[in-house]
Amino acid sequence: MRIKFHQSLDELKEKLLVMAGMAEQAIQRAIEAYRTRDLSFCDLVLHSEPSINHLEREIDQLALDLLAMEQPMAIDLRFILSVIRINADLERVGDQAVNIAVRVREMQAFPNVDLPVDIPKLAALAAAMVRKALQSFIEADDVMAASVLTMDDQVDEMNQSAFYSLSTLIKEKPEMTPQALNAIIIARNLERVGDHATNIAEDVIFWVRGADVRHYHQVREPEAS
Amino acid sequence: MGVGIQVENLNAWYGHTHTLQDINLHIPANHATALIGPSGCGKSTFVRCLNRMHETNPIARATGVVKMGEIDIYKDASPVEIRRRVGMVFQRPNPFPTMSIYDNVASGLKLNGFRNRRVLDEVVERSLKQSALWDEVKNDLRKKSGASLSGGQQQRLCIARALAVDPEVLLMDEPASALDPVSTSKIEDLIFQLKSQYTIVIVTHNMQQAARVAENTGFFLNGRMVEFDSTHKIFTNPSDKRTEDYITGRFG
Repeated sequence: MRIKFHQSLDELKEKLLVMAGMAEQAIQRAIEAYRTRDLSFCDLVLHSEPSINHLEREIDQLALDLLAMEQPMAIDLRFILSVIRINADLERVGDQAVNIAVRVREMQAFPNVDLPVDIPKLAALAAAMVRKALQSFIEADDVMAASVLTMDDQVDEMNQSAFYSLSTLIKEKPEMTPQALNAIIIARNLERVGDHATNIAEDVIFWVRGADVRHYHQVREPEAS
Repeated sequence: MGVGIQVENLNAWYGHTHTLQDINLHIPANHATALIGPSGCGKSTFVRCLNRMHETNPIARATGVVKMGEIDIYKDASPVEIRRRVGMVFQRPNPFPTMSIYDNVASGLKLNGFRNRRVLDEVVERSLKQSALWDEVKNDLRKKSGASLSGGQQQRLCIARALAVDPEVLLMDEPASALDPVSTSKIEDLIFQLKSQYTIVIVTHNMQQAARVAENTGFFLNGRMVEFDSTHKIFTNPSDKRTEDYITGRFG
């Protein structure tokens, strides 16, 4: 038994889960900032970013050390590679939260108007994708991970629909252009969050099944043995 | 050129101990094939069955078919003939200590009756070049004994000695386990170069070594071959849980 190595793998997983919690919290706070226009939520998002970045480097370093020192094989090798990729995706989720927080701050300079877009609904779906992808990682459940991939189309459709509604609004009511543009960008940020959740789910499938399903729309279930 | 090896229903015993059980596999020609597994799993017994060394032990016996090319080595050829066609390199370098470097390499040919000096000179030079030792010893061929070389050089001398009789198959039983990293690297480079001319079977406890040098890998456990597949598959996504548990250090 390689006790020290397996303890290090557990440590890597725990750190990634802390990172996941921070990224998930950042996106929730950003959405709360949009919903309530309470800038204190924006501050929380902006203040948490350095911690996320710091943890990203820490996880990468630990993963690098394990690759260099332990020469992992098979499922352990796939696990570490998946952690490295998921780590990068979580950091980007944090970046998207920051982008949304910055947009919400900008929107404060303009009158609060009703926009023809349901950002909280889009946010709820993107956040649900992240949560499910992370749950599939915690449970090493490739079937649950595969179900995340099918949710991405819905997020993409909602983002496109938001774009068309808000573009039309800009044409019809040019005075609302700043608010509409910020909402378009926030919808786009949330669509990117969905993409990162998809990447995380694909990495879970790679770790558990050993199958690279990136860039494929259809995911085959494992063959019955 | 190397030949493929077909193994069918190979079983081996030491006394009452059934050390190899129903081994079936095809070792492709001109490839390096690694055999891995915990100590006592039967991998060394397996390679000793490929050159009929197993039967040199009075309490040992083997049944089944081992074909090298078209020849059934247990039916169609004598042990001496088989050992000429199948060279073997062991864990610890074992040059003949009192012989010169030249005589070590030429010993196999001389035993087979070759006396032509020009031919012997050519074979010694070719074999030492093939084993990447020529440049280091060419000026001391008759002056120095095999035992005067470093461990890594001695192992390459043993490889040259095995190659001198022009075998088709080269068996290597943990050939680098007693060597430092630089010498190990030279042996691995050598395996990489030699496999275009010979069929190489290497037993190793060093899984990174198997991953580096071999196209195919077989995993042995308790006298059985649990899995045989491309090295890439074995080390990234093995089919059998026992293989995965072994290579990830969860047992063994």
